[in-house]
Amino acid sequence: MSVSSSTWLSIDLIIKGVIDASSTAEANVEKALRLIDEKKEFNAVIASIPERALARAREIDQNIAAGKKPGRLAGVPFIAKDNFLVFGAATTAASNILRGFDAPYQSSAVEKLEAEGAICVAKANLDAFAHGGSTENSDFGTTLNPHDPTRVPGGSSGGSAASVALGLTPFALGTDTGGSCREPASFSGCIGYKPTYGLISRYGVIAMASSTDVVGLLARNSRETALLLDILAGKDVHDSTIVERAESYMITNSAKSLRVGVIKEFMGSGLNDDVRKAIDIGITKIKAAGNEVVEVSMPSLELALAAYYIIVPAEISSNLSRYDGQRFGFSAPDSGGLEQSYMTSRGVGFGAEAKRRIMIGTYVLSSGYYDAYYKKAAKLRTKIIQEFDEVFKNVDILVGPTAPQTAPKIGEFSDDPLSMYLLDIMTVPVNLAGVPAISVPCGMANNMPVGIQMIAPMHKDKELLEFANSFEG
Amino acid sequence: MSTISKDDVLKLAKLARLNLTELEVEKYQKELASIFEYVEKLQAVDTEGIEPTYQVNGLNNSTRNDEIVDYKTSKKDLLKNVPKTEGSLIKVERMIG
Repeated sequence: MSVSSSTWLSIDLIIKGVIDASSTAEANVEKALRLIDEKKEFNAVIASIPERALARAREIDQNIAAGKKPGRLAGVPFIAKDNFLVFGAATTAASNILRGFDAPYQSSAVEKLEAEGAICVAKANLDAFAHGGSTENSDFGTTLNPHDPTRVPGGSSGGSAASVALGLTPFALGTDTGGSCREPASFSGCIGYKPTYGLISRYGVIAMASSTDVVGLLARNSRETALLLDILAGKDVHDSTIVERAESYMITNSAKSLRVGVIKEFMGSGLNDDVRKAIDIGITKIKAAGNEVVEVSMPSLELALAAYYIIVPAEISSNLSRYDGQRFGFSAPDSGGLEQSYMTSRGVGFGAEAKRRIMIGTYVLSSGYYDAYYKKAAKLRTKIIQEFDEVFKNVDILVGPTAPQTAPKIGEFSDDPLSMYLLDIMTVPVNLAGVPAISVPCGMANNMPVGIQMIAPMHKDKELLEFANSFEG
Repeated sequence: MSTISKDDVLKLAKLARLNLTELEVEKYQKELASIFEYVEKLQAVDTEGIEPTYQVNGLNNSTRNDEIVDYKTSKKDLLKNVPKTEGSLIKVERMIG
């Protein structure tokens, strides 16, 4: 069995060890680097950051020995998805066009974690530019599922999810544009959390689709997820899309009995039977804990995927236009003029999925099609938001599966991008609405992990994490 | 419209500044057609009187005080990833023939 959640003590105990000198930050970093090396064949990590991580660890140990106040994550190693700008290793977004990119500054999320004494030890694999649900679109090779190496770990934060499931570090940073934290968490067997849109700064994170992108977390449980959110949430002078945060996100064990809605459309015929059984057991557990469970209908959700695959490629085509081969990234040599340099640098530098999405986006934004596609999808988005608003008048939390199936085989959808997109059908409505959601491990189906998705109204991240925590028991 | 011709793909690639190989053109012609056919189902939805949403958290024109913020990033660091430089300038390909 390659899956191990017991390689690390709880974050509380890791910090305690560093503070009372029964352990050291340096020993933690060495251990993480060793585990990364031992599990190399899973390809969860693109690059380790040994020099910088060890230097930071020694500094933390010295500061503690000198009696300085330790941070809330003193000596805790973590892994960042390779679309976060981090010092000490290249930031590639798993794409050839950014191979070797040396970050001139660090992302705010990494800075905030480091300010509390956490140490980034490695960069996790992903679908290039976060385009995908399997990590098969990485220009650095597929990550293997920790539970079955013939299967994908999910994506796009597949390397981050596999890292946590393999126990390489206690947690990892991910991003979630259409399910990219929740879906790999479901397939790999860990927590995948997507906060309310705008709760965590995106400064220094490589943009995919700006109206749905969020920084998210892969972790072992919701209690630690809440601690990390408490550190990450809120104002950043570098990001003007940040919303007001709650005073605290720490779980206080005050799980109330809630009114929980099961989304009828997600339990329909598209759902794998074994996944349904696992989710039904989860729902029974929710009832047994004293929550009231009702069925709710959200008919617009089945249109969300179509709206998503118009809106998101449109934003991708715009965000990726900055890769012009002139200012950074791959540049085609001797291409004969500026126009040809753009064409060749982008044609060679971008992978198949990025090119596919750029062309879809270009199409739906082009004159003559803008109203029929992009604007239409934006109206559908309003309908979806209204449906969430309506249903949240009657329930506190929504639940359903995170994905319609367990992790597919590597290569299963390689000639059929549309079928791959359909894996996102239960996660994308959440991103279009901007509401928070979490995927929590919920049993197994055919020996592969299943995730139950819990969705809360906008800004109810604390309530969501407390509910997830009570579910974990 | 859910059929895509080879010329449509080439036109899109040109608009998006992407050189494509002959093989890629064929592949994308098929794949884009099936994706456009899928998203076509939106056309059947009645959206009369519904305003489009482009931003979900209601923020509008976030401002900050007009003060100089130290980004703690040097010019040298910002230029280190540039393919071609001349002094502290970014050198690009010739634009006018």
